[in-house]
Amino acid sequence: MTDTDRPILETRALAKRFSIGTRFSAEGRRTVHAVDNVSLTVRHGETVGLVGESGCGKSTLARCLVRLYDISDGKLFFEGDDITSKSLSELRPLRRRLQMVFQDPSASLNPRRRAGDLVAEPLRIHTKLSSAEINKRVAELFDLVGLLPDHVVRFPHEFSGGQRQRVGIARAIALNPDLVVLDEPVSALDVSVQAQIVNLLADLQEKLKLTYIFIAHDLSVVRQVSTRIAVMYLGSIVEEGPAEEVFAKPAHPYSQALISAVPVVETTPSGTRKRIILTGDVPSPLKPPSGCRFHPRCPIAVDRCRTERPELKEYRPGRRVACHFPTL
Amino acid sequence: MILSVRDLKVSFRTNDGLVRAIDGVSFDLDESEILGVVGESGSGKTVSLLAVMGLITDPNATIEGSIRYKGRELVGLPARELRRLRGNEIAMIFQDPMTALTPVYTIGWQIAEQIRAHRRVSKAKAMERVEELLAEVNFPNPHEAMSRYPHQLSGGMRQRAVIAMALSCNPALLVADEPTTALDVTVQAGILDLVRKLRATHKSAVVFITHDMGVVSELADRVMVMYAGRVVERGSRTELFSDPRHPYTRALLGSIPPLTGEKPRRLPAIPGSPPSLLRLPKGCAFGPRCPVRYEPCETEKPALGAGSHPAACFRVAQA
Ligand SMILES: Nc1ncnc2c1ncn2[C@@H]1O[C@H](COP(=O)(O)OP(=O)(O)OP(=O)(O)O)[C@@H](O)[C@H]1O
Ligand SMILES: Nc1ncnc2c1ncn2[C@@H]1O[C@H](COP(=O)(O)OP(=O)(O)OP(=O)(O)O)[C@@H](O)[C@H]1O
Ligand code: SF4
Ligand code: SF4
Ligand SMILES: [Mg+2]
Ligand SMILES: [Mg+2]
Repeated sequence: MTDTDRPILETRALAKRFSIGTRFSAEGRRTVHAVDNVSLTVRHGETVGLVGESGCGKSTLARCLVRLYDISDGKLFFEGDDITSKSLSELRPLRRRLQMVFQDPSASLNPRRRAGDLVAEPLRIHTKLSSAEINKRVAELFDLVGLLPDHVVRFPHEFSGGQRQRVGIARAIALNPDLVVLDEPVSALDVSVQAQIVNLLADLQEKLKLTYIFIAHDLSVVRQVSTRIAVMYLGSIVEEGPAEEVFAKPAHPYSQALISAVPVVETTPSGTRKRIILTGDVPSPLKPPSGCRFHPRCPIAVDRCRTERPELKEYRPGRRVACHFPTL
Repeated sequence: MILSVRDLKVSFRTNDGLVRAIDGVSFDLDESEILGVVGESGSGKTVSLLAVMGLITDPNATIEGSIRYKGRELVGLPARELRRLRGNEIAMIFQDPMTALTPVYTIGWQIAEQIRAHRRVSKAKAMERVEELLAEVNFPNPHEAMSRYPHQLSGGMRQRAVIAMALSCNPALLVADEPTTALDVTVQAGILDLVRKLRATHKSAVVFITHDMGVVSELADRVMVMYAGRVVERGSRTELFSDPRHPYTRALLGSIPPLTGEKPRRLPAIPGSPPSLLRLPKGCAFGPRCPVRYEPCETEKPALGAGSHPAACFRVAQA
C-alpha cells in the first residue's frame, strides 16, 4: 500500500444529534439530526472538499472529526485507531496531529495577545521546547505563512483579514499536524486576498505533506483546492468523487442543481449553462423528510423516492451516489 | 434618465483622521436598467448608495456633489421629502432582511402596513395586494405565508418577503445591497431570477451591489467597478467582461478560480490588500498592488475619463 492510499481518517455511519428545548418548552424536547450516517474515508495527502447548503452539517461534521464534539453514533478512526470515545487526556497526543482552522480568524484569536504569542501558545502547551527554541520556531512559521518578522508583536486587530487568517494558519500548523480541517478559511476574505490564502494552503500542503478537509461555500474555491468532493444534504453525503469529475458531471440531482446555480463570469452574452432552479426550501433537520431526504425538492422524484431512502452506493471505485436514479 | 450622480464625495471625520469613503463617484442609470456595482470590502459600495438614498445620518459625515433623481436634486433635500421618496418611488433591500422586518409582527401585516403608509387603501384591499405580491415573489402558499412571523421563515423566504415589501409601491428605482450574499447559491439563483423578472414587469431600474463578479455578469446590463472610494472602470457587461481594461479588474477576474476546465496550479493572486482610506497613496490607489505601475502612477491620481467604457488608469489612457 502506498502512502497516499492509506486512510488517515475514517468515519463509519457517524451521526451527531443535538437536543434542543426542554420538556417544558412549547414543542418539548426535540432532536436535531445535524449529521446522519456519514461514512467517509480521507487518505494521506489528499484534500477532501465538503460542500452543501447552509445548515447541511458541514461544520458539525468537521467538529466531530477533530473531536471538538462528542459523537452520537457511529465510529471515528484516526490512522486505524478507534478514537470515537477516547477521553480528552487520551486524545492529547493526537491533538497535535489534528488541527482546525476557522472561518473568522478574529473570533478564534484572542484580541489581547500578540500574534507571536498566539502562534507560540500551542508550542508551549504541547512541546518541551525552550523559549529560545519556541521563538525560532515562531519566526520560521511566520516566514512560512508569508508574515514579516516584525509582525510578531502586533495584535490581531492590527492585521488585515488576510493577514489574520495567516496567523490562524500559522497557529494550526505550529505542531506539524498531519491533518488540518479548514472550515470556511477564506469565506470572510475579499476575492483578491482569497487567492493568496488558497495558494498559501496549496504551498503548505506540498511542503508539509498535509492532508486537508476543506469547507467553503464558494464552489469554485472548493474545486480549486480539492482532490475529492463530498456533497452533503441535510446531514448526509449524497455524492462523492474526484473533484473535477463531480463538478463536470455531477450524478446526484442535488449536486446538479447546486453546481448549476453557481454564478460564473460569462464573456459571451448568453451562456450555454443550463440552470436548475430548485423550488422549496431546505427542510429542517428537526423533521427530515421520509425516503430520500431530497425528494420534496427533487425535479425527478417518483413515488419510490418518498418511501425508500437511497443508500450511498459505490458505482465505480471512489465514485459514490445516494440516488435511485443517478446520472452516471 | 432615472438617476444621475455627479462627483459624489462622502467623507467621515473620525478620531484617526478624515476617512474619504467616496472620492468623486459619477454614474447614470436609465429606466429598467440593472447597474451592477462591484468592489472589495470597504471600497465604498454601500456608502455611495446610502448617500443616494439620503440615509447617511452620521453627524461626522460630509456629502458633496450632485444626485439627481428624475431631474430633481436630492442633495440638500429635507429629510421628510427624502423619506417620502423612499417609500413611494425608491425601494431598498439589504443583505440582512431582518433590518427591514420586525420580529413581532407577521409578514403579511408588515407588508400591508407599508402599503397603507403610502397609499390610502382599506386593510382588506392591502391584504389582497400582499397576497398577490407574495405570489409574485414565488411563495408557494402566499395566503398561508402572510400569517407567518419572520423567524418562521428561512433566510431566502425572508429576503423574498422584503422584496415583496419593496415592490409594494411599484418602485421606479430599486437599490439592492448584497441581497444574496448571505444566501445559498441555490436560493440566490431564485432571487436573481426574480430581480430580472421584476425589472421586466415593473420596469424598475436596479442598482445591485455585490462583491461577486459571477452575480454581476449574470444580472447586470452595465457594471461599475469600485476601488478605494473611486470608480476604476465602467462599461456594459459585455465590454467589461470580454475586455476588462483596468489592471485591478483584470487581476480580480484572473484571481477567481474556474468552475470548469483545467485547474491552474496556482491562482494568479493580487499581492497585498486594499489600502486604508486614512492613508491613501499619493498617486493611484491601486499602485502598491499593480503589476504594471510606472512613474506617473506614483504622483498623480488617474481620472476615469469619458466614453462608454472608461478606466481610471494611465496605462489605459496611453494605449
Ligand atoms: N450546538 C447546536 N445545537 C443545536 N443545533 C445545532 C447546533 N449546531 C448546529 N446545529 C444545527 O445543525 C445543523 C447543521 O449545522 P452546521 O453548522 O453544521 O451547518 P453548516 O453546513 O456548517 O452550515 P453553514 O454553511 O451555514 O456554516 C443546522 O440545522 C444547525 O442549526
Ligand atoms: N460612519 C462612518 N464613519 C467612518 N467611516 C465610515 C463610516 N461609514 C463607512 N465608513 C468607511 O467608508 C468606507 C466604505 O464603506 P462601505 O460600507 O461603503 O464599503 P463597501 O464597499 O460597502 O464594503 P462591504 O463590501 O464590506 O460592504 C469603509 O472604509 C468604511 O470603514
Ligand atoms: S432518490 Fe429520488 S428524490 Fe432522491 S435524488 Fe434521486 S431521484 Fe431525487
Ligand atoms: S494608474 Fe498606474 S498604478 Fe494605477 S492601475 Fe494604472 S498602471 Fe496601475
Ligand atoms: Mg458552517
Ligand atoms: Mg457594503
